[in-house]
Parts: sequence; C-alpha cells; structure tokens
Amino acid sequence: MGTLQTTFPAEIQAAIANYPPGRQASAVLRLLYLAQAAYGHLTPEAIDEVSGILHMDPTQVRGVAGFYTLFLEHPHGGYVVQYCNDLPCALRGADDFLPVVAEKLGCRPGETSADGLFTLECVMCLAACDHAPMMQVNLEYVLDLTPEKLDALVAEWRAKAAANPPRRPPFGFGPPSEMAAPHG
Amino acid sequence: MGEMHVVLRHRDIPDLHDLDVYVAHGGYAQLKRAVTTMQPAEVLDIVKASGLRGRGGAGFPTGLKWSFCPRDVYPKYIVVNNDESEPGTFKDHELTLRNPHQVIEGAALAAYAIGAQAVYIYCRGEFWQEMKVLEAAVARARAAGWLGQRLHGTDYTCEVYVTPGAGAYICGEETALLNSLEGELGQPRLKPPFPAVAGLYARPTVVNNTETLANVPPIVEKGAAWFKAIGTEKSPGTKVFCLSGHVERPGNYEVPLGTPFEDLMALAGGVWKGRALKAIMPAGASSPVTPAAKLAGLPLDWERVAAAGSTLGSASFIVLDETTDMVWVADKTTRFFQHESCGKCSPCREGTYWLKQVYRRLVAGQGTAADVDLIGDIARQIDGKCFCPLGEFALSAPRSTLQLFREDYDRAAAGAAAQNGQAHA
Ligand SMILES: Cc1cc2nc3c(=O)[nH]c(=O)nc-3n(C[C@H](O)[C@H](O)[C@H](O)COP(=O)(O)O)c2cc1C
Ligand code: SF4
Ligand code: FES
Repeated sequence: MGTLQTTFPAEIQAAIANYPPGRQASAVLRLLYLAQAAYGHLTPEAIDEVSGILHMDPTQVRGVAGFYTLFLEHPHGGYVVQYCNDLPCALRGADDFLPVVAEKLGCRPGETSADGLFTLECVMCLAACDHAPMMQVNLEYVLDLTPEKLDALVAEWRAKAAANPPRRPPFGFGPPSEMAAPHG
Repeated sequence: MGEMHVVLRHRDIPDLHDLDVYVAHGGYAQLKRAVTTMQPAEVLDIVKASGLRGRGGAGFPTGLKWSFCPRDVYPKYIVVNNDESEPGTFKDHELTLRNPHQVIEGAALAAYAIGAQAVYIYCRGEFWQEMKVLEAAVARARAAGWLGQRLHGTDYTCEVYVTPGAGAYICGEETALLNSLEGELGQPRLKPPFPAVAGLYARPTVVNNTETLANVPPIVEKGAAWFKAIGTEKSPGTKVFCLSGHVERPGNYEVPLGTPFEDLMALAGGVWKGRALKAIMPAGASSPVTPAAKLAGLPLDWERVAAAGSTLGSASFIVLDETTDMVWVADKTTRFFQHESCGKCSPCREGTYWLKQVYRRLVAGQGTAADVDLIGDIARQIDGKCFCPLGEFALSAPRSTLQLFREDYDRAAAGAAAQNGQAHA
C-alpha cells in the first residue's frame, strides 16, 4: 500500500462514497488533495497511487492535477500564502501592500522563504474583495490586512513552527468537520 | 429604496447558520410541506410563476429551466454552482458561510420539483471553510431528519453532497463544472445537449447558482405573487449586489431589482474619498465598463443594464473613481482571462496571451500607438470564434475602455513615446 492509503484509509473510502457506484473518478479532486497532504506535493508516486485507487489512467490524473491551480507539483513552504492582487483588491491598494507582505515573509511572489516556512503566491480573486487587502494562508481567509496585523500573524506562525513544525503540505481535504464556526 | 433581506436573512437573525436557529425561524418547513403535501409539479409551478431568474450570470428563468428536464429519465441531479470566481463577486461566499441551510433547503426543493434524489454542491477549491460549513450543515440536517432517506415517512429521498473544485474560473461555466465533477478536465462541453437533458453522468441535471436556490424556500413559503411584487415585472425579487473597488463601504447589499443606481451607491456610502465616479463594471471583470453618465438614475435590472450597454450578470459592481487609469484596469482583467483560459480553443488561448503582451507593454510605458490599434485587431480574431463565452468575456474590458476612454490609451502610448524620445535624445 502506498503512502496515501496508509495515511488516509477512511478518508479515501468516505470520498468515493460521495459519488454513485462506478463513478469513482468523480472523487479524483478529493483524492488529489489527500495525496497532496500525504506526500507533500503531487509526486509521480502520488499520481500513480491515486490512479490505482480510482482505476483511472495515470495520464488523465496527471492532466487533471496540472489543470488546477491548487495542486502543487513541487514542494512548498509549510504556510502557502496566496495573496490576492486581482482588480477589485488592487483598486484598494493590494499592489502597494504586496511588498510589505513579501518583506515580512522573507520571500518574493513565486518563492519560498529561506527557512522553508512560507511560499508566497499572487492569485486571482478569492471572493473576498470587500476585505482588501486580503489573502488565504493554507486556504484560511486573512482579511483586512494591515502591517500590524501581518506582524502579529507572522510572529504567531513562526512561534508555532518553532514549537511544532507545520505539517507539510498545507492543503489536505479531510473528512467532514464537526460544526465549524463561520466567519468572513 | 433600501435593503431587503430575502436571502441575506442572517443579517437580521443572529446565528442563522445553526440548524436549531434556522428551524426555529421556519427552516426546512417548506421542504417538509412540499414532500408531504405537494406534488413536484406544484413546486415547479410556483417557482415558474414567481418569475425567479438565475442569479449566476445569465438571468435565465429558473422554473423554465427546471421544466426542461424530461420526466421519465432517472436518476436526475441538482448541481449547485458555488464556484464563485468572477472578480468582484463575493455573495455566495457570504451566503454559504452565514446562511447555509437556506441554500441547502432551496436545492432540496429544486430536487423534489424535478424528481432528483441527489444534490451536489460544487464549491471552488479555495472555499475550504465554506465546504466545512456546508458539510457540517448537511450532516446535522440529515441527522435531524430534514434530509436523507424516505423523508418524513414518504418514498422521497434526498441526499446532499459537497464536492470540491481545485482552482479554475472556467469550472463556473456549467458544462465545465460537470466535467470537473466527473473527474475530467474542467473544460466546457459542446451544447446541445444541454444539462437538463444530458448533464451529470449524462443524466438530466439542473445547474443553479447558490443565490438562485436560496430564493426558493421563501418563494414556496410566501407564494409567487409575493415574490413578483418585489423588484420589476421582468426582473422580480431582490438581488445581492457585491460592491467592491472605490466605494466607502464595500460589501454585499441585497435590494429589490430595479433599485436606482444612486440608492445602491448610497447604501455603500458612495464613491470613496469624496471623489467623482468614472465608471463601473456591473458584472465583474467580464462585463463592459459602464460610464458614470449612463448610470445616472439607472434602475438596476437585467433589461436596463443591458440597454445601457453592459450586463447585470451576477451583479458584481466594481466601482472605479475618477483617478482610475482604464488601461491599467484592462491590463488586470486581461491577465485574469489569460490565466483562466482553459486552453481548449486557440482563439481564446492564444488571443488572451497576445492581448496580455500588448497591455504589459502599455502599462510598462513601452507601448506605442500601433499597440493600441493591435488591441482591436486581436479582439477581432477572438470575437465569435471561441468555444465558450470566456473568450468574449476577455474582450469586454479592453473593447469598452478603448471605446469610452480612448484618452487613457493615448496617454499611455504618448508616455511611452516621450520616454523613447528621451532615450534617443
Ligand atoms: C466562464 C463562465 C464562468 C461562470 N462562472 C459562474 C460561477 O462562478 N457561478 C455561477 O453560478 N455561474 C457561473 N457561470 C454561469 C453558469 O454557466 C450557469 O449559467 C449558472 O450557474 C446557471 O445558474 P442560474 O440559472 O441559477 O444562474 C459562468 C459562466 C461562464 C461562461
Ligand atoms: S473560450 Fe477559452 S475558456 Fe472557453 S473553451 Fe475556449 S479556451 Fe476554454
Ligand atoms: S479581487 Fe481580491 S478577493 Fe476579489
């Protein structure tokens, strides 16, 4: 058994059970998220394991993985920071705030910080333009950014990482949570 | 005209995302009433008579769309389009986080009306938190007997599933969404057949936007006449307007369709910093800009925004103040569409790439008058030649800004000429 199946056996079954019998290919995105969580990024072994579980052609799975922006083809930092500088956010200063983010994280867009903690990416609209400047960090919303807020968050992440290195990689699509508190 | 909360009811009812609160305010009672006392056709007729139109962009009549599903083909599916990726749109984000049960109940009512027993809620991959909230909401409603097998002792079963995307704007287009949901590349399908006839797994499928479906429980509860009395004759009901960009208080504002532009802007505190309005994009990055002069007194419904030369779409108003450089705006939207082109057809894939190069030059101060002309040439090679509407969406900002704000382009090209002149001097 591969890393994915040994790490997330129940989650795999639950993912496939969301779709009708024989339609297990529908679970490919869920399984790719899980594989990403198990392997760190979508390595060839990860792709092969997903294809095997779903009885899909590895070429198709590779194509699917390459089509979407949230699937990582190479290692990323423990915190993937997706900063929005698309039009509505940029109208409220997101382009001007980007250098502040880059400086605090210690990496430029497209790069990972030297300590391996942060990867910074500029992304398209994240459906929270009313809270610009904003970003998602491992897919959690961080809204209405200010230099002070960013300082506090970065300090918090560094402290957390020092105590307990963040689980790599960032995105894993787990089983249904208990009642999650809404925000945003 | 002021705000009216038909779908943003959580603004008035604290903790409406909680099942107990939702049920205490009449939640899931309409689904129970429908399943135990009404024929599916009755539900469909109410929605048809209400005149509800799709809130996902096209404004297509919802009841009519439901009625296109053939009766005797099973299984059928309802797919909730919660992909919300159009720049400037953030209403489904608020709805699913704050009022998830109303979306779920609406989808279940739609399922009952067309005879579907399964609902898939497709969420853009970045809606991690939304998916958790929706999954938890479904699990609780199911445990309490509001969803699931043999509802309320009848033969009717309705299961609701949450399904993730993974970061691709094109998956908001309904057939690309269905391909994505089937594990294929998220690229559009040839239409016809339309999803109502052959959708998910080639079965009859209705794809509706999140906000559209959130309107259904109140319509079933209060009746078609109640709904028709809100808004305008051809665009009944309320609409959530997403106001972003240069306004004092960006956010979602739910108002009756037909509300005058000034009234909507007043709710958001007007243009920020006391500045004058230059233009808006009324349906996000994919809509032609509408200049201030055309907006004065404009009642906001699908017909009249179209008559003003743009589209209401899903009502994502990107507000642009007098200081905005329209070349910069079109550069931003062009980068978006180039990034999001799915690559299936070359006019869109190549054309958006070339457009991006031209805009990069113009905003970098390296463009020329010839580059400005090139925009029109590239647009002509894209227009009408694309497999899906995204290719044409990419032209909305370039064409409309060039036509309405030519001076911004001339300034960009002249700035470059001056720079070049200095370099050669
Ligand atoms: C490129 C493209 C992107 C779209 N994105 C969305 C979207 O994010 N959400 C949505 O509801 N509809 C989107 N649509 C419209 C859908 O194709 C479809 O018309 C809609 O979901 C139907 O629901 P409605 O009738 O309730 O509006 C998009 C269409 C196109 C062409
Ligand atoms: S127009 Fe663009 S998005 Fe649409 S099918 Fe062609 S390449 Fe894909
Ligand atoms: S433009 Fe940044 S969230 Fe929409």
